[in-house]
Amino acid sequence: MTVSEVALPQQRKFGVTERRDNWWFKPLLVFLGFSAFIVYSTWAAFQGVNYFYGGLEQGGADYLSPFYSPLLWGEARAHPWIGVGTPSFWPEFLPFTPALLILWAPGGFRFTCYYYRGAYYKSFWMDPVNCSVGEPRKGYRGEQKLPLIMQNVHRYFLYLALAFIGILLFDAIKGFIFMNKDGTHSFGVGIGSIVMLLNAFFLSMYTCGCHSFRHMVGGRKDCGSCSGPCGSAYKAVSCLNGKHMMWAWISLFWVGFTDFYIRMCAAGHITDWRIF
Amino acid sequence: MTTATFRIWRGTGNEGSWEEYPVEISEGMVVLDAIHAIQTEHANDLAVRWNCKAGKCGSCSAEINGNPRLMCMTRMETIDTSQPVTVEPLRAFPRVRDLVTDVSVNFRMKKSVTPFTPRKPDAADGTWRMKQEDVDRVQEFRKCIECFLCQDVCHVLRDHHKHDEFIGPRHFVYNAALEMHPLDVADRTSDLKKRDGIGYCNITKCCTAVCPEHIKITDNAIIPLKERVVDEFYDPLTRLFRIFMPKKQEPAATPEEIGKVIDG
Repeated sequence: MTVSEVALPQQRKFGVTERRDNWWFKPLLVFLGFSAFIVYSTWAAFQGVNYFYGGLEQGGADYLSPFYSPLLWGEARAHPWIGVGTPSFWPEFLPFTPALLILWAPGGFRFTCYYYRGAYYKSFWMDPVNCSVGEPRKGYRGEQKLPLIMQNVHRYFLYLALAFIGILLFDAIKGFIFMNKDGTHSFGVGIGSIVMLLNAFFLSMYTCGCHSFRHMVGGRKDCGSCSGPCGSAYKAVSCLNGKHMMWAWISLFWVGFTDFYIRMCAAGHITDWRIF
Repeated sequence: MTTATFRIWRGTGNEGSWEEYPVEISEGMVVLDAIHAIQTEHANDLAVRWNCKAGKCGSCSAEINGNPRLMCMTRMETIDTSQPVTVEPLRAFPRVRDLVTDVSVNFRMKKSVTPFTPRKPDAADGTWRMKQEDVDRVQEFRKCIECFLCQDVCHVLRDHHKHDEFIGPRHFVYNAALEMHPLDVADRTSDLKKRDGIGYCNITKCCTAVCPEHIKITDNAIIPLKERVVDEFYDPLTRLFRIFMPKKQEPAATPEEIGKVIDG
């Protein structure tokens, strides 16, 4: 597409802009927020201990950290799905924790999420650092070419994330089963139960507001009224999608907090209070 | 009555400089009023494009204090006048003179998009039937006034000058209006990927932020189009699914069939 005989204005240097507002503030806030989560979640993933609060043994409920759920291999008392300890295929020179087997799936979902992409391209890659502010690089490939063309895998991470929601919801329900003094089980509510239920809820709101999910349930159709339930589902997901950024942040914070709470309970630093 | 200093880009093509002008600011003034006051009192050769002064023609786009805005819709009370107010032409297009840019590349981009291709009429009189709820989705895109602020703020055009490979947010909105129209049967996904460069968009949402019509360009137009491109080119499961359940290819209406409506 020929633009014109007259050349376009030169690209401004990094950070150069006529904007007067604090354009650097939001990208900085996002950078700090994401960095804090990455540091904490990496630390928690490599701990390999205190991810399970065995409350049932102490007259409480069992809580499993969302960073370690589903627990494929792990402590016997946490009832791992496949085996106890370290899987035989795991290379000896690599440290093993159960989180390392599963965290790539929710991590990949967030990494390829349309909201997060826009946010970290600005805050981390500064491409651009903010609207109408000069960029640090001249070349640009976007998501049109490798490597970022791989972001198109997002919908496959969505399928995994939907399965994770089901698993985390199951974990949250287990958090409402308490052990009585006579050894029987009954319904109860602890702070941990609420924390885990909210975690599953916030993650559901974030996952079900995903742009790929919106496309999957009805966005791909041009005629909503001809698509039966797809049309209604599209409207519902569109409502969540409108607040996708909000749910992305709330669920990010809360999943970290859930791990922190369970870790503190498991380490014996705090006692889970049974409300009901 | 207060006085504000306006710092305006003056020049021809890329040759020019910043010039400062004092303007008396009264209640209810917009930036375009100030520009007209400068034309009247200080620089009657100041070139500026404007027309409706009501935010509907999209002519008076400029960068005010670095933000792409419509001059006629930017009220002076929203601007800090303790410092000079900067007004410069759009940066994604060649500068002609002062605040006027050559936006004709947009018209060429628009022409390259496959036009509206309706299915065969539903009734013998050459008319179609649609439900309002199905039209509502594309109605949002039809609010576009073609001010090209979204094109200006998009860093793919503004900074990387990829006008040859990327048609920009405005034309993705146009594509979305056609592609998601319940009557349209044309398939634009291949063009979107290969010719229009939709993959260059990295979802910074700057286009949405500057749209004076508040069209959710990224969420409602670009990302849904990206998803349709993924369906067609990057999702092996969808492609496998299509082998067993192929997309229905509805025939398009012939010009004669459409003509029945036009001719009455």
